[in-house]
Amino acid sequence: MHIVEKSQLMTATEIDRTVQRLAHEIVEKSGGTANLALIGVRRRGVPLANRIALAMRGIDGVDVPVGTLDITLYRDDLSKVAAQPILQSSEIPFPVDDKDLVLVDDVLYTGRTIRAAMNGLFDLGRPKRVRLCVLIDRGHRELPVEATFIGRSVQTSDAEIIEVRLNEIDREERVVLVERVS
Amino acid sequence: MSHRFGHMLGIEPLTAEEIVFLLDQSKPFQEIQRHPLKKLATLRGKTVALAFFEPSTRTRISFATAASRLGADQMNLQAESSSLKKGESLLDTVRTLDAMKPDCIVIRHSSSGAPDFVARHLPLPVINAGDGTHEHPTQALLDALTIRDRRGTLEGLNVTILGDILHSRVARSNIHLLAKFGCRFTLCGPAMWLPRELECLGPPGTSIRRVTRIAEALEGADVILTLRVQQERLHEPALPLDEYILQYQLTPERLRLARPDALVLHPGPMVRGLEIDPAVADGPQSCVLEQVTNGLAVRMALLFLMTGSGADTPPEKDSSHAAD
Repeated sequence: MHIVEKSQLMTATEIDRTVQRLAHEIVEKSGGTANLALIGVRRRGVPLANRIALAMRGIDGVDVPVGTLDITLYRDDLSKVAAQPILQSSEIPFPVDDKDLVLVDDVLYTGRTIRAAMNGLFDLGRPKRVRLCVLIDRGHRELPVEATFIGRSVQTSDAEIIEVRLNEIDREERVVLVERVS
Repeated sequence: MSHRFGHMLGIEPLTAEEIVFLLDQSKPFQEIQRHPLKKLATLRGKTVALAFFEPSTRTRISFATAASRLGADQMNLQAESSSLKKGESLLDTVRTLDAMKPDCIVIRHSSSGAPDFVARHLPLPVINAGDGTHEHPTQALLDALTIRDRRGTLEGLNVTILGDILHSRVARSNIHLLAKFGCRFTLCGPAMWLPRELECLGPPGTSIRRVTRIAEALEGADVILTLRVQQERLHEPALPLDEYILQYQLTPERLRLARPDALVLHPGPMVRGLEIDPAVADGPQSCVLEQVTNGLAVRMALLFLMTGSGADTPPEKDSSHAAD
């Protein structure tokens, strides 16, 4: 089995424009940035959350707190994965109680990652509100989870995979649609 | 990179890289001890068998709490109430436990090598929770985590170990671990507890010296590991308790001989006024309570690493979430 690249969904410029728009949307729909905090889901939600926070500073002049969340311990498929996943730290340096949180992730697919992330968040306290922001929504939900802020919605088949590649992690900047071929 | 740990029988066979990996994987579990809600469901449906053939309170509670916080169930076997008293062999006892299908077994035994023996006969992961005078790997890992947190590194430290080193599995595991990071050791206590063989611990070239004068042992120390004095052993070759206290108790005056930022560790149970002065036990250099908290983190990490994923099942068709 190997993986073939089918098409490019976003260029670096398009990713940047989308991040700027998402930041504007979040500020607009939240009526400002007071009480707001972003939580990036490891791994690629983290650089995205940082970029959104940076864009928000440009809009509102305020530094919105950013935390990171590793969901490994909250996954529901650990007993099914062959390779031992490597744990990483969650760093949420502010109390989540009564905060207006926006979870940030790269791709929304089955919804299970977000279910796990919410479990992790609620172990830390009781936020006032939790919304979800994703760069790509590719459908195929297995749980009743929807994003409030969506960069782009893409129709995909089950065999396809969306790869968000970000400079901070992948040393390249684009979104591609790939397919597994047996 | 990831490592597989089939068993955790001792520190000696591990590489420095594997130890660093284990300590790194313990960090997320340290955070969990600070959460308002500390219970995870990560190992829900798994069972950890705790087979303590030798009395233990702290280590047993630590493993049981670690298992509970990960959501795992436990089977408990304790020496006092076990069928060993009725003449059952070790192998029959653990086979009986195994027949109840636990996912891993944690063993403490007064005989060195008992966990290795069990690991050779049972098809499930074995964790050594202390065997005879051989090893106590989770204690050494939690000590290393504590030292690394406070000092930022394990490399090249001067480590002084005080007390009954001859009978101490804690001392052995700590030497095996810290020697892999180039630490130098000074072992100090009455001569009867300092046989020459101790100098052969650790990889070839490890610097281990034995001294009987505590002042000499503490000079320049970065880390002081104080061991419990097993009083039952004191009257073996006639060393009165008072004499031990006079010569070897870690007092504030003696602690000043070490480096000003030297750390004081004790595996517990600690006897104030015997091996350690209360002012040292409660002083800013003491790490005793951090050690206990870190013990939970290290044991959670090990239980997670050894029973967390289905090693033999193929990966799910497409578990897109958490693809990293």
